[in-house]
Amino acid sequence: MFNLNKEAKLAYTMLIPTISIVFLIILFPIFGNFWLSFKEVKLGDLRAPQPIIKEKLKTKDIEPGDDILIEYRFKNSSQKKPIFNIEITDKISEFVSPVEISEGCSVNNNLLSCYFEEWKPKYNEKIIFKFKANDNFEIDNFNPKESKPRGVADADNILTNLKFSLKNFQKILQKNETIENIKVTFLYSFFATIGALFLGISAALLLEKNFLGKGFFRGLFLFPFVSPVIAVAFTWVYILDPFKGFLNNYLLNNEFISEPIFFLGLKKVDFLGFDFPFTLFIVILFESWRYFPLAFLFILARLQAIPKDLYEASDIDGATRIQQFFYITLPQLLGVISLLFILRFIWNFNKFEDIFLLTGGNAGTRTLTVQVYDEAFALSNMGTASSVAVLIFILLAIFVFIHQKIAPKDIEE
Amino acid sequence: MTNNIYQFFFIYLYSIITLFLLSVIGDFVSISIFLSKNIFIYKNIFLYCFLYAVCFFAIRIIITNQISNIFIFIISLALSYFFLINKEINAYQLLIIISVFIAFNLLLQKYFTAKNFSNFLFEVSFLKFLKTNSLIFFSFIIIFPFYLMFVSSLKSQMVLLQNPTDLSIPFFYSISDFFSSYIAVITQYNFLNFALNSTIVSFVTVFVSLFFSIPGAYAVARLRFAGRSKISSSILIIYMVPAIVLVIPLYVIFSQLGFRNSLFSLMIVYPATTIPVALYMLQGYFKGIPYELEESALIDGCSRIGVILRITLPLSVPAILSVSLYVFMIAWNEFLFAFMFLDNQEYFTIPRGLYTQLDDQEVPRQYLMAGSVMITVPVLLLFFIFERYLVGGLTAGSVKG
Repeated sequence: MFNLNKEAKLAYTMLIPTISIVFLIILFPIFGNFWLSFKEVKLGDLRAPQPIIKEKLKTKDIEPGDDILIEYRFKNSSQKKPIFNIEITDKISEFVSPVEISEGCSVNNNLLSCYFEEWKPKYNEKIIFKFKANDNFEIDNFNPKESKPRGVADADNILTNLKFSLKNFQKILQKNETIENIKVTFLYSFFATIGALFLGISAALLLEKNFLGKGFFRGLFLFPFVSPVIAVAFTWVYILDPFKGFLNNYLLNNEFISEPIFFLGLKKVDFLGFDFPFTLFIVILFESWRYFPLAFLFILARLQAIPKDLYEASDIDGATRIQQFFYITLPQLLGVISLLFILRFIWNFNKFEDIFLLTGGNAGTRTLTVQVYDEAFALSNMGTASSVAVLIFILLAIFVFIHQKIAPKDIEE
Repeated sequence: MTNNIYQFFFIYLYSIITLFLLSVIGDFVSISIFLSKNIFIYKNIFLYCFLYAVCFFAIRIIITNQISNIFIFIISLALSYFFLINKEINAYQLLIIISVFIAFNLLLQKYFTAKNFSNFLFEVSFLKFLKTNSLIFFSFIIIFPFYLMFVSSLKSQMVLLQNPTDLSIPFFYSISDFFSSYIAVITQYNFLNFALNSTIVSFVTVFVSLFFSIPGAYAVARLRFAGRSKISSSILIIYMVPAIVLVIPLYVIFSQLGFRNSLFSLMIVYPATTIPVALYMLQGYFKGIPYELEESALIDGCSRIGVILRITLPLSVPAILSVSLYVFMIAWNEFLFAFMFLDNQEYFTIPRGLYTQLDDQEVPRQYLMAGSVMITVPVLLLFFIFERYLVGGLTAGSVKG
């Protein structure tokens, strides 16, 4: 009925902006991340080496006809790398004419231009150029600093050259920390997901039936999720603070404990003879608290879509409420729960802010994402940081693949 | 006989848990109003509940009508005086205690009604118990942190250090003392500038992502073209890409291009990360609009663009509202990119500013809490106004968190 070709064309036009921005800001950086992970880039390498040129007037009290000495200082900004094909240009006052110009430089139409083949690393030289003041020289209009000298050069940019190595991967895989971090990341993602789902299902079951104030509770239950992570994380850090915090003081006042507990600073606690990762546990509780609302919303929506006659039929058969839950409700929720599980797992796996703000990755809570940050900014090594990110990406790709296999084909309800 | 033992055991268990929850709440209410010491002696709860369960059980067996409740209530109060209550209390605190025990008795009687007591209905009472306590528990764990955040922001440094468990709202302060932390945060820490930056970035993000995602969502939802199913499934995959994978290369690229340390960098990155979500939510909604409406307009000679502008968009105002709100929240709350990209104080967004300026052992905690309140309040306000739309929108397409 309609012209398909025209429709497709329109669709592509409408999608192109979206696709291009996603391409630029999401897909291209992923590629960039892989690229960086094969390069030994330090934080300091981000500034490419370049020529630095400064000029200085050496002569004072100039009269027409005098010689003028101008000192140029040429410097290679890098301590380690040479730069090539340096071209320098500077505008020269029209009141002067060149007398003695160093090799490689020329003056044309009041434009000084120089060319050098190569400056070695740490190259730093002062060259004096001699000019002569013309007859029409006016001291008031003469200011060599008026125009800044410009320099362009080719340098071997570590970011764009084609030298690759596997050293970053070697480095991170040799660290014992990395294996430990992978373990922590899995523990954290798995249990935080379970926690959020458990709370979410409980909360949804609570609000399943209509009662007075249901809307209020539904809004309230979403608070942790919609509030800024920074505010809630700081609040919890403050509540859990060993000395100034509410919780420790309250427990102390009521003689539940005899000395403050370092909630966010206890790596291991001996619990029935095995090392219990206490702070990780607290972080998992926080994470469950913060993300249960999402699970709650989805499960509540699904709960209310379960046909009521299922329950009526089972009532007639004499099923108890608990039987109804296990034989009707839970099977009906299984689809949404498994979907939520895999999504929540992936998002917890990707989480950086929550742990970073709560513990900074200390006390046995360093996940891979925190390690990326530490490698990049604490150790100033962009290369190893991106190789950890690649590790995350590969693990995630596996999860997403599983998700694609498991997830029901039509989840778009 | 075994039934009786079970019954006793459950009364004991329920009473411990219920009383513990209620007494903690009563205690918190008491310290928030009277600033005084706790009114309950927690370590006696087990003993108290044991005695309570014995009385409850005995009275219910002897008296099987509603009058038993009154006896139980009187005995519970009497017992509490001997075991549970801190003796140095004032009249108002006595009111709180009495209301706690009224609530306690009402709840337990709800679990074990006089009518069904003799033939013990484990399941019914258990479900009632679970529901009531969970509702109290959930409300408590959610309200408490926010309340503490708010209350701490009003306190002076001295009060906070002297009595960290003080939950009272200091009504007796003068207005300027009451808001002194807020004033300090605004004047000393340049907070208004952060707020302005956050507002600008968030609004730009909302507009840009709507501008990009509405046509995209319409195309995916309605138009037939090759690769449509691929695009619609890859949207989902894209929002599983972790931000931490993007942040290092973007940091490098933006540093090279020279716009890393600017609001502009955030204005590019935020929409790019929110567009897939927005597109996904919107296309779900667009699909739900009856196609006949658009079809009839097309037959009448309206162009596609005309159909979108005149039919689809006006019909999807609720969805657009919820998407805008959601995107606004993401941009307003975002920390990672702001943290990595911004160096100059003048460009800080609120989360970035809070982190650098106020999260410091030397900065008084009440300032940090005041800052946290100020970043949370706008989001919660917006959320409350548009809650209905947001809830619908969030569940319409599965959404990132």
